[in-house]
Amino acid sequence: MHEKNKKNGIIGSTFLTFLCIFWIMPVFIVLWNSFKNKNSINLQPFQLPSNETFVGWENYGAAIGKYGLLQSVGWTVFITVFSVAAILLFCSMCGWFITRVKTWWTKMIYVLCLFSMVVPFQMVMYTLSLVANMLQLTNPFGIIIVYLGFGAGLAIFMFTGFVRSIPIEIEEAAMIDGCTPLQTFFRIVVPIMKPTYISVGILETMWIWNDFLLPYLVLDLKKYKTISIVIQYMKGSYGSVDMGAIMAALILALIPVVIFYLSCQKYIIKGVAAGAVKG
Amino acid sequence: MQKNMKKYWPIFTIPVMAAFAIGFVIPFILGIYLSLTKFTTVKDAHFVGLANYRKLFADATYLHSFFLTLAFAIATIIIINIIAFFLAMALTQKLKGTNLFRTVFFMPNLIGGIVLGYIWQLIFSGILVHFNTALNLNARLGFWGLVILVCWQQIGYMMIIYISGLQAIPTDVMEATEIDGANGVQKLFRVTLPMMMPSITICTFLTLTNGFKLFDQNLALTGGAPMKKTELMALNIYQTFYGRVGFEGVGQAKAVIFFLIVIVMAGLQQYFTKSKEVQQ
Repeated sequence: MHEKNKKNGIIGSTFLTFLCIFWIMPVFIVLWNSFKNKNSINLQPFQLPSNETFVGWENYGAAIGKYGLLQSVGWTVFITVFSVAAILLFCSMCGWFITRVKTWWTKMIYVLCLFSMVVPFQMVMYTLSLVANMLQLTNPFGIIIVYLGFGAGLAIFMFTGFVRSIPIEIEEAAMIDGCTPLQTFFRIVVPIMKPTYISVGILETMWIWNDFLLPYLVLDLKKYKTISIVIQYMKGSYGSVDMGAIMAALILALIPVVIFYLSCQKYIIKGVAAGAVKG
Repeated sequence: MQKNMKKYWPIFTIPVMAAFAIGFVIPFILGIYLSLTKFTTVKDAHFVGLANYRKLFADATYLHSFFLTLAFAIATIIIINIIAFFLAMALTQKLKGTNLFRTVFFMPNLIGGIVLGYIWQLIFSGILVHFNTALNLNARLGFWGLVILVCWQQIGYMMIIYISGLQAIPTDVMEATEIDGANGVQKLFRVTLPMMMPSITICTFLTLTNGFKLFDQNLALTGGAPMKKTELMALNIYQTFYGRVGFEGVGQAKAVIFFLIVIVMAGLQQYFTKSKEVQQ
């Protein structure tokens, strides 16, 4: 019986190893194609670079020089970091407040947030870009407000879910001892909510970093582009499509994601699991 | 405590409420209003009643995109959940290298839709060139290509949810089942699956709404080619708005119908899977 289990274990591990190699293959195919010349990418993407097809860093030079990919990486980092920070700060405050203060309008906020999570973006995309234009939010600072509004649903939902599980007595004790609600929140509630901050932060980061349509419609594209927008532009631009530069751009877009993933992997997986249980 | 706190409401709620109004509430209400008007900019909007809605039901591409989205959602729900479930079962067996496997399977989830689309376009065109065809020439291939892409992206995410569900099943339940002499299949269908219903509810909900809302991947992989035959609803609405002048009102009406469909689908799904959940 024991022998058989061991044998099954080896078979299982071997099978999963092959599946893993297969799973990660697409990324490696893009990686080696980013070092090949344009013609060989289209015709033979599965061949490793050879002496004739190898072009060194030329594609990366084109992606950075011709298409301004580095600026767009900068803007994407800027928008993601500050939007997530704003969402975490303001939504945790609001989430705590509407859980502890029970009136008709706090309940309404909660219901509206739940509702906004199901609404598809296409329902509001056109009118949102109109409103953003009218209020001049078409720059990387303004879009933070748009993200705070559109990301509030999930964040408030998760924060209220967590606040309900912490006993109110701790906060009451703090207030009896003379803390104002602001002090109570920042000194008592924030430290307790740390795991939820990490979960919400990760889910919102994954969304904003990869988002395409919202920044595409809101931002003034002559001045600011995110990574996804640049890649879409490269493919959709007039004239011949530079496949080599696209491959390099895909790799440059993947590098921050891979670094983020490998350094916060534990939290990402926990965050996803926690988000799902609350959802 | 409540009384003391109430005074502080502006500090705690105004930032989110203002942003939420700008980012969601106002566009939503304005969207419903504009779906009843004909407009190219908001200022020249004039009320036309339900004319836009009548037009969209005559639009064959919209109906086609609805059925395609439905087929797409069903295909991805089935494939993603079954594979993710079995991967989760395999990765909770204490095999060697479990952590590495989990890391690899989850990885595609962090890649954005546009990037995903172009990665897979490269791979599919490399394969299909040997058969003298391409993804944007054959609608059926385009559809299944998109299914493969989305499976690759989402299986890891659902797997993580199923793993945490499996780990939450109390061990004494499993032991009792084994002592009672249940075989593997019985264990799966009589114990594991019923105990896993909460996770299944979540994962089918997520795959359903993701399937219906899919846009970036669709735009990047085929862009609807050939002849709008691989256009899902979200892309169809987008093309109506930005591809045809004078059809903004129809586009907004399509979006309202789309929104209602997503709400109804999500509601139905919740009703059916929640009713199968067991009390622990």
